[in-house]
Amino acid sequence: MPSKQASEQPNVPLPEDDESVEVSNRPFWSGTISFGLVSIPVDLYPAVRNSRVSLRMLSPEGIPLNRRYVSADNGAEIPSEHMVRGYETKPEEYVLVSDEELERLAPEKSRYIELRQFVEITSIHPLYFEKAYFLAPSGESTRAYRLLASVMEESKRAGVADFVMRGQAYPAAIFADSGILRLQTLRYHDELRSPEDVGLPRPAFDKEDVDHFRTLIKKLTSTKLDKKQLNNLEAEQMQKLIEAKRKKNKDVVRIEESDRAQAGVVDIMDMLKKSLAAASKKPESAAPEPARKTAKRARQPRKKSA
Amino acid sequence: MAARAMWKGVVQLDGISLPVKLYSAVQDRTVHFNIVDDRNMHRVRQSMVNSETQKEVPPAEIRKGYPVAPGEFVVLNAAELVEIRPKASRDIEITQFVKNATLPPQWFNRPYYLGPDQSSKPYFALAKALNEQQSEGVAHWVMRNKRYIGVLRAEGDYLMLISLRYADEILVAKDLPAPSGRDLDTREVKMAQQLIEALKGEFDPQQFTDEYRQRVVELVEAKAAGHKPRLKALPKPKTTESLTDALEASLRAAKRSAA
Repeated sequence: MPSKQASEQPNVPLPEDDESVEVSNRPFWSGTISFGLVSIPVDLYPAVRNSRVSLRMLSPEGIPLNRRYVSADNGAEIPSEHMVRGYETKPEEYVLVSDEELERLAPEKSRYIELRQFVEITSIHPLYFEKAYFLAPSGESTRAYRLLASVMEESKRAGVADFVMRGQAYPAAIFADSGILRLQTLRYHDELRSPEDVGLPRPAFDKEDVDHFRTLIKKLTSTKLDKKQLNNLEAEQMQKLIEAKRKKNKDVVRIEESDRAQAGVVDIMDMLKKSLAAASKKPESAAPEPARKTAKRARQPRKKSA
Repeated sequence: MAARAMWKGVVQLDGISLPVKLYSAVQDRTVHFNIVDDRNMHRVRQSMVNSETQKEVPPAEIRKGYPVAPGEFVVLNAAELVEIRPKASRDIEITQFVKNATLPPQWFNRPYYLGPDQSSKPYFALAKALNEQQSEGVAHWVMRNKRYIGVLRAEGDYLMLISLRYADEILVAKDLPAPSGRDLDTREVKMAQQLIEALKGEFDPQQFTDEYRQRVVELVEAKAAGHKPRLKALPKPKTTESLTDALEASLRAAKRSAA
């Protein structure tokens, strides 16, 4: 039976997982979108950042601490090659499973996101939306990526697929948004409970109550969202406290700067911007299209546009 | 079959109080793994080590600080961290209503069902009114020392509360540099449009089943029994043909399957 413990993947930890996590600057996942027979290699990055005020863990002297995985036996650091994914079959008994084995359970879907259907954006019920990611082109040219983004945005449709990432299969929808492709993993239909599953009673109401609520709703309706309510107010409060203490020079620890201490939090936004900008810098092939197999007379090479 | 409520709250709507129970609307079916040391087959332990000495620091001695400048931290102690926690409350405050779909689905985090606690008639009346008004409520509440924001909506005859990611956590595509390059070829654009047209369909969430999860379970069972698992080969990287050729071939294939 599936273990109740939090899932751990010997992969890049995400900022949302913990406070002192060092985020790698590698993409979360890399693969290829297939659209018909067109292949678009992409890198995937989370489309959310952590707004929590990340506190660094420090020693009593104020030296920053790093997270390490250590042996349960003697507390020694475990070399990364010995950290393997295990499934708990019986208490404290594990079966080891490698990344490659998991990929080979569904080889095509572990590498390719095959867009088999294009649906109206509004037809995907928001309850199915799970996690959002941005896709950056990782191939030699951005042309196929831009073509797909442009045509999808214009058609107001989303491409639907399912694929395997980090040992889990996900239904997914890809949207074009301001020239960038956004992937949304979706929940499986059987993951969403129904009111019957939850055991909710059958509906019954009084008309006067409905009228009363209708009036209330109208009274509290506005066209503008109060954005202030939607920010991380706890984080803002913490920032205020930190600023106040800093001004009073209260509990401020200063240490010698060292390279190790500088392991900080990498911002997802910066990673994405770099990846997207790098993609556009790659020289698009200036040479004409390779000769077609259904050979007609050789065409003039296409002129480079400005 | 009835689920246990995760939490009990009170919806506060301009002076009206509606006691409710909160249930998770999602059943987690994922297969969970742990990280194991393959030398001794024990689960690994996480520890915090001094970045200079590499020595482990026991949890009781760990201090938490915010970096305000290189090498400079403002330390927050346990009492301060507890003090800035949001006040415990059972209230689910509704601050405003907006028309349905005002809050983009990308902001949605976790969906919960609300169920009536005590009297159910007002509960169903609120759901009915929300349906009629085609509106959703902006909510905030405190659960387990953490402040949540969310949207209160009617789903059929029932009420749902969907927690939202904070506004400053959402990355917006408009803030990112869209990939650029040479102008797109009009012929390729036309073929791509035709291809999308040929692949048009209705979204059907039931078309997806997690067979993969079952394969993972079978893999684990095979290994546990000492059998060699049957695994397929990884695909060879597809040869890159020209974009135009790929589009044309795709359209031909799409037309064949539609015929």
